Formats: sequence, C-alpha cells, structure tokens
Amino acid sequence: MKFAVVVFPGSNCDRDMLHAITDALQEEASFVWHTETDLSPYDGILLPGGFSHGDYLRSGAMGATAPIMQAVKQEAAKGKPVLGVCNGFQILLEAGLLPGAMLRNESLSFICRNIGIKVRRNNTMFTSKYEQGEEIILPIAHGEGNYFCDDQTYEALQRNNQILFTYSNNPNGSVQDIAGICNERGNVLGMMPHPERAVESLLGSTDGLTLFQSIVSNWRESHVLNT
Amino acid sequence: MYSTLDISTDKIEQDQLYKEMGLSDDEFASIKEILGRKPNYTETGLFSVMWSEHCSYKNSKSLLKKFPTKAPHVLQGPGEGAGIIDIGEGKAVVFKIESHNHPSAIEPYQGAATGVGGILRDVFSMGARPIALLNSLRFGELTTERVKYLFREVVHGISGYGNCVGVPTVGGEVQFDACYEGNPLVNAMCVGIIDQEDIQKGIATGIGNSVMYVGAPTGRDGIHGATFASEELSDSSASKRPSVQVGDPFMEKLLIEACLEITQCDALVGMQDMGAAGLTSSASEMASKSGTGIEMRLDEVPQREQQMTPYELMLSESQERMLLIVEKGREREIETIVEKYGLSACTIGEVMEEQVLRLQFAGETVAEVPVDALAEEAPVYYPESKEPEYFTTFQQQPDYVPVVDNEEEMVLQLLQQSTIASKEWVYDQYDTMVGTNTVVTPGSDAAIVRVRGTEKAIAMTTDCNSRYIYLDPETGGKIAVAEAARNIVCSGAKPMALTDCLNFGSPDIPENYWQMAKTVDGMSAACNQLTTPVISGNVSLYNGSNNQSIYPTPVVGMVGLVEKLDDITQQAFQQAGDVIYLIGETKAEFGGSEIQKVLEGSYFGKAPSIDLELEQQRQEQLLAAIQNGFVRSAHDVAEGGVAVSLAESLFANELGCAIHLTGDATTQLFSETQSRFIVSVSKQHQEAFEQIVSDIHVLGEVTDSGTMHVHVNEQEVIALSTSEMKKAWRESIPCQLKSKA
Repeated sequence: MKFAVVVFPGSNCDRDMLHAITDALQEEASFVWHTETDLSPYDGILLPGGFSHGDYLRSGAMGATAPIMQAVKQEAAKGKPVLGVCNGFQILLEAGLLPGAMLRNESLSFICRNIGIKVRRNNTMFTSKYEQGEEIILPIAHGEGNYFCDDQTYEALQRNNQILFTYSNNPNGSVQDIAGICNERGNVLGMMPHPERAVESLLGSTDGLTLFQSIVSNWRESHVLNT
Repeated sequence: MYSTLDISTDKIEQDQLYKEMGLSDDEFASIKEILGRKPNYTETGLFSVMWSEHCSYKNSKSLLKKFPTKAPHVLQGPGEGAGIIDIGEGKAVVFKIESHNHPSAIEPYQGAATGVGGILRDVFSMGARPIALLNSLRFGELTTERVKYLFREVVHGISGYGNCVGVPTVGGEVQFDACYEGNPLVNAMCVGIIDQEDIQKGIATGIGNSVMYVGAPTGRDGIHGATFASEELSDSSASKRPSVQVGDPFMEKLLIEACLEITQCDALVGMQDMGAAGLTSSASEMASKSGTGIEMRLDEVPQREQQMTPYELMLSESQERMLLIVEKGREREIETIVEKYGLSACTIGEVMEEQVLRLQFAGETVAEVPVDALAEEAPVYYPESKEPEYFTTFQQQPDYVPVVDNEEEMVLQLLQQSTIASKEWVYDQYDTMVGTNTVVTPGSDAAIVRVRGTEKAIAMTTDCNSRYIYLDPETGGKIAVAEAARNIVCSGAKPMALTDCLNFGSPDIPENYWQMAKTVDGMSAACNQLTTPVISGNVSLYNGSNNQSIYPTPVVGMVGLVEKLDDITQQAFQQAGDVIYLIGETKAEFGGSEIQKVLEGSYFGKAPSIDLELEQQRQEQLLAAIQNGFVRSAHDVAEGGVAVSLAESLFANELGCAIHLTGDATTQLFSETQSRFIVSVSKQHQEAFEQIVSDIHVLGEVTDSGTMHVHVNEQEVIALSTSEMKKAWRESIPCQLKSKA
C-alpha cells in the first residue's frame, strides 16, 4: 500500500509519520509538498501533526487552504482512507471534511503525555484490528485539542457512529471526551492522539501500529475484491 | 528616531556617549588607537557589542583557558557555533548550552522562547539536525506572585517555541532558591546529530564570494541585547524591555529545514547564526576566523521597519536570521532552496582580502573597522579576586548536625521541597516525543534519545547544585561535573563531553571573581579526571539584583553515549525481590543539604567532600555492571539523601521496599555524601554484580507491598505508602502555584 504524507510549512510530525509507515508498518510512503495538486497515485493520505503556517490564524486554518487540499478532497470522495493526526485533524476540520472546531485546551497550556484512549467502534477501516471498547495507550501533544461542536452536530455524530475514539480521562475539555471522529462514510478520520508515535515497544507503546495495520488490511481486502 | 548619522565623533567623545553603550573610558581610548582616529557613532556601536562580556568573554577568558577541551573523540571544541563529538559510524553529536537570563527576567515568555531559538540556530548552523532540547532553570521561592509569574511564563515560552519547531524538550532541571528571586536563570541546551561529512563552519573564505542574508527581516528589536546581558539588573531594567527580542518559531522551523537543505548544496562556504550582536558578530567573526574581510551594503538588508540607521541594522538582534557565505555566481541555487520554504535570501555583500568590516549605506561608507579588532582584540581583564569572608567563616564552623524528630515527616517534607518535587507540571507542557526517538522522557536521571539507524543512543542531562558551590566553589565545581556524569552513567551511557553555562554575579566584585576562579578550577579537575572535556559553552555574568548576587551557578550540560540500546537503564525499581544496594560510604555531611534548608532556612558550613578518583572508579564499575546486564535500575543519591533516592525509585512502578540500615538514622537517611548510587539487582545477577562493583552495601530488597519500610538498627523508623509519598511529591508544585501568596 502506498501512502502520501502531506507536508505543510510547519508540519513537524511528517518524518515520524513516514518512519511509522516505512519502518514499523513496512509499507510505502512519500512526502507530498502542500503546493502539489495530485494525490491520485496514492492509496492512503496522511496529514501529520505540527504547526502548519505556525497555526498563526487558527490552528489548521491556513493549511486548509493549501492547493493540496483540493486533491485530498478528491481522493476522500473516492473513498480512499484519509487520516489527519493532531494538526492534521485541525486541518480536516478547517477544510470542512469533518464537522466541529478546535478550542484551546481547558488548562490553556500545551499537554504532552501518554493517555488512555477508548476504541468506540471497531467496524471501520481504521479500527478493525482493535477490540470493541478496548482501552489503548497513545501519546497526546497539543495546545488546541479541545474539540467542540454544537448539540445538533454531536447528535449527528452519535447517530452516524462517527465517534471512533474517546479519552478515558478527558485532558483538554473536549465535548463528550471526543478524541477522534470520522466522516459519515467512514473513510476520513481526524484524531488528536498520535498513533505514529506508538509503533515501537522501544518508545513505550505499539498501540498506534494497530491503527495503521487496520488501514492496510482493509485496503488489501477491498483491493483483492476489486481486482 | 534620532538620526545617529548626524552625531559627530567629537560629540561621542565629549558627551561620553560610548558609556551609554557600555564602553569604559579606557576601552574607548583603545578603540581610537586601533582606528588611528575617533570612531563614528556606528563604529562605536560595533565595538560596544563585540567588546561586551557576552560576546568577548573579556572578564572570563583567562579562566576559560583552564578547561580541558581536547580528547580523541572531540571533533570541534569551543569557538564555533557548537561543539562536536564523534560517536562512530560516521556520525557525530553537536551540542551547546546558552543563557537567556536577563531577557527572561523582564519579559519571561519571549526571553525564554528566544533562548530556545538561539541555541537551536547554533546547532543547525553547523549543519546538524537538532534532535533534543534541554533546559536548566532557577527561580526564587514560589511564594510571591512575581516568581510564580516568571516560572509560568518561562515554561510557557520554552513550550511555545520548542513545541512549534518540532524538536523534543527531553530533559532539564528546575531549582528554587531565594537568591534567584530578581534574576531567574534560563539556560537552554540543544543537541543535534550530523553525518560527519556534512559538518559546516562559520567561515568567510574565497575573495569575492557573496555574503547572503537568509531569514526574517531586521527590525529594531534586541538592539544592545548583548550589552544589556552584560550589566546587572536594576529597578530600571524594565525600561530595557525593547532590548528583548521577539521570537517566531514558525520562521525558525522553515529556517531549519531550508538551512539543512542548503548544507547539502556545495555552493555553501560558511554559515553562522545572527545571534547576540546580530549582523555585527556573525560578519566580523566569520571574516576574522578566515583571515578575510567583509563589505556589506546595508541598504540591501531586508528590513521590517522604516528608516533604520546603520547603527540599528548592525546591532539589531531580531531573531531567525542566518548569514551565509556562498560561492560567487551560485547565489541562485541558494535562493531556489530558500524560496521553496517561503523565505527569501538576498546578497548583501562580498568577502574581500582587506581584513576589515566595511559598511556602505546610502552610497557612503559608514563604518570601516578591522575585523580582528572586533572579534579578537577585545581587552582581556584579570579582575581582582578576594576570598569572601563568609567562606572563611563556613570553613571554620563545626559540622552541622540536623536533629530529626520524625523521619517519616521529614521524608514527606523533603519530597515536597520545590527543588526535589516532581517537575511534571513543567514537562507536561513540553512536547517530549516529537521526532519519535525519545526512549527515556523527563523524570529519570538522564534523558535518552536513540540514534535512528544504529544500535546507539545519546544520554543527556543538565545539572548544577549551586548551594554546594556557594559554600565551597572549588569542591562544588567538582561536584557539578561529577553529578552530571553520575546521571549519565546511571542511564547506561558513557560520559563523553560537556557544555557549560557559567552563571555568576558581577566580576567587578572581587568575591564574585574568586568564586568563579575557584569553580573553574574545580570543574576543570573533574573534567580531567572523568575525561569529559568542555566543548562549548557560554558565560553569563552580572546576575543578581538589588546588590545581591546569585549563587555561583555553572550549569553543566553533559552528553553520554549508549553503546547498545539494551544498556539503557532507568531509576525506577523494576521487580519485587530484587536486591537494593547502596554504592559508596555514607558520612555525616549536611552543609548545603536539602535537610539544612528545611530545618534552618539557609545554607552554611562545609559542602560535602568529593574524591574524584573514587568517583571515577565507582562510575566505571557501575557502567561495566550495567553494560554486562547485571543492573535493573540505577539512581544517583543527590538532594535529600538515600531516603529521597529510594522514594524516587519507587514511584514509576508503585513498588515498595524493605530497608535495613545501621548507624545514625539521620545520617544514613538524609546525608548528601557524594559519589553514591542506589542500584537494584536481580538475585540471579547478585554474585556477578558483587564481583565487579566495590564499596557496596545491601540495603534490602524491592517488595510489592507498595510501602517503603525502613529499619535503622533493627527499629522501624519509616513505614510510608508509596502512593502517599508520590502524592506529596507530585502535588507540591501545582499546589504552590495555586495558593495565594
């Protein structure tokens, strides 16, 4: 499976994402600069964490207007997996690919630590290799991870089973402990925790690798069926 | 703005305008002699910043020469942006520590943030990718709103900058003592990694080559920052706030990526960060090192404010700027790389044969000064040195013996002391993991970052117990280096080299200079004994406020090499049933100890003694035991003594221990005798461990009781649950920050 790691000016988890795919997952991955306009050669799109454009307007706001985002939308519409982590999640929100918005953490401070995350659904292309309801450990590292949406949106998220991850112990004030949501179709996922930082036991956890393995295994299955 | 071009050379001399810039009468006289004429306003400015203590080390140079700086593994010693050591396999580690104390005292967020930015540039200007940041912080006691504000904002500043540039902040230390109340210390250290063939230097060779400016445009921020850093803080210091630079970590991130890409382009000749003294220091130092001169057209310098004068352009310390020397005719190659990142590069001058710095502005030559005069020929002072009276008094005092009524209460009190208490509130705000190489995050003896693609890892720590140095600078200086090495060894690494940040009071006070001289003697002795040369560093003098100098605080940033990932060891006990050893004898040494602070509220008497040969022997034996796989956990015994070290070893895995000691309970539990370690060993390796490590005492064993039981002379004196101790230790700093003064 061939992944694109989209790089914005100010992305800083781009290399971590690439290593997670090439070293731990042992699949292909390439960097794609934000000014590019075509992602059709790739099977999966990854938007890494960081501070795109310094997050100077609002986190992800300027990244969402990059030329590459048109291509991300096109591939998402084709049903390809699109994963946005941390700043990548913020960009997906700003680009309108996912509903809701990000506020500053309730503490008004940046928070970096390993944290318990509950897997709320395991029948998606991102989570099929987790157990339903399983608690996993993933690192978070963000200053603006306090997910917000209005009641109507929250009801829709629930109705459509779009909430994939919640915090066991809410660190940032997110509505309903939300840590990660997908679109209605289930192929665009945004999450604040960093799965790419949890792919080697040397660094403390391999719980993130399972997410990438889920993506690959689902892609393989559908790929075999389609050809 | 005043038009500095109109100020006559006579006026500068008659009105002694040079004094406002920090130059003395004698210094002004030597400048006239060097030039053979009176300097104009711009030239006076160039000399004033380059001859400041911050840039010239004029008061400390004679002492710095004492440090050992060479070893076979040292590829680059002091003198470049950062020092470099060889770690084998064609790779090298680049590192340096630097202070940003004075800016942080008056504008803590930006002061700390730009401290991080500056040290990053020192490392990536060598061509290395920064892989880790550390810091060493000192504040007053957390009892006033002002100190709490400084503490919060410094941490926010480090977090805001470091997290955004995407370099993990993996370690450091924070200590609190009243002497830092008006003058906090903010020292930032950066560690980078490089393929040896890519090492760059700040040189300006090749007559006719282009001088290129890359990065943020120049504004009026930070003018005279270097001079400001070289005088004592006072009530009027707040008016110097415009001397504090403003940081833009996003720009820095772009600059890192652009500069690392430029490093791969052979059109690049040399590269240096525009740090303290901005364009003046980078241009004159690069030329001086290369035996060349530089001519610059200041009109071409990118500017973000209007009508800047040559004086302002040359002295601005605007952040995120680099000066490059590029092969003539190949400037376009650099521009192409830089433009990809949305930055601009422009040619502002040329390298020339004549060894002068010549500045053109609006069609006129506005300054012409020999580069060596700026970079190399600052006066060297040998300030007066005098043994302070307090030292004589302390040395003559009988040994201080604390009286402890209740050992349990004392353990809890010690764990809540700000200096010992958990720093989770601090490092929770730092991205410690970005880069996915951090194997050991903050909280153990040393942080560890692996070197991708090898079996090796780098251990790093910052350390300095300034109380011991205050009591006895020479002994304390030895301890500072030895303790850093102890932390490196405990993590399973071999100490390789260090960078230091010598934070002292004004050298104009003879007692301060004596402290500095003795400290350097002590540190040098330890560096020689432990074969850890000083490969880079920084001096920060004039630290103090309201006529009170800080304790001498020579922060040691040490780097060690983990030969194989299996060697990585942490302080936490791992398994019930493991045997707990104390390595080293315990003497009744309480001068400068944490228990002295708790009971007496001040420090006096003699600092703990140290035998460097013994230190080296124990470190070597322990490292050998670790490398042979005999050791499950290792932790040095530091502030608070054995009791605190044991408690700290229990926290991570919430285990318990059963300890049996003999002798005086207070001494055994709370003395701060040096060169000691708490180690746990599985029963299976007990015999092998005992064969290679000497001076060992079995203290007891790790248990799964979740309680620390300590018997002294077969009588139980402590039975504290790990969770209770951990709660006291964890909640102390957040609680102090919340409480109203």
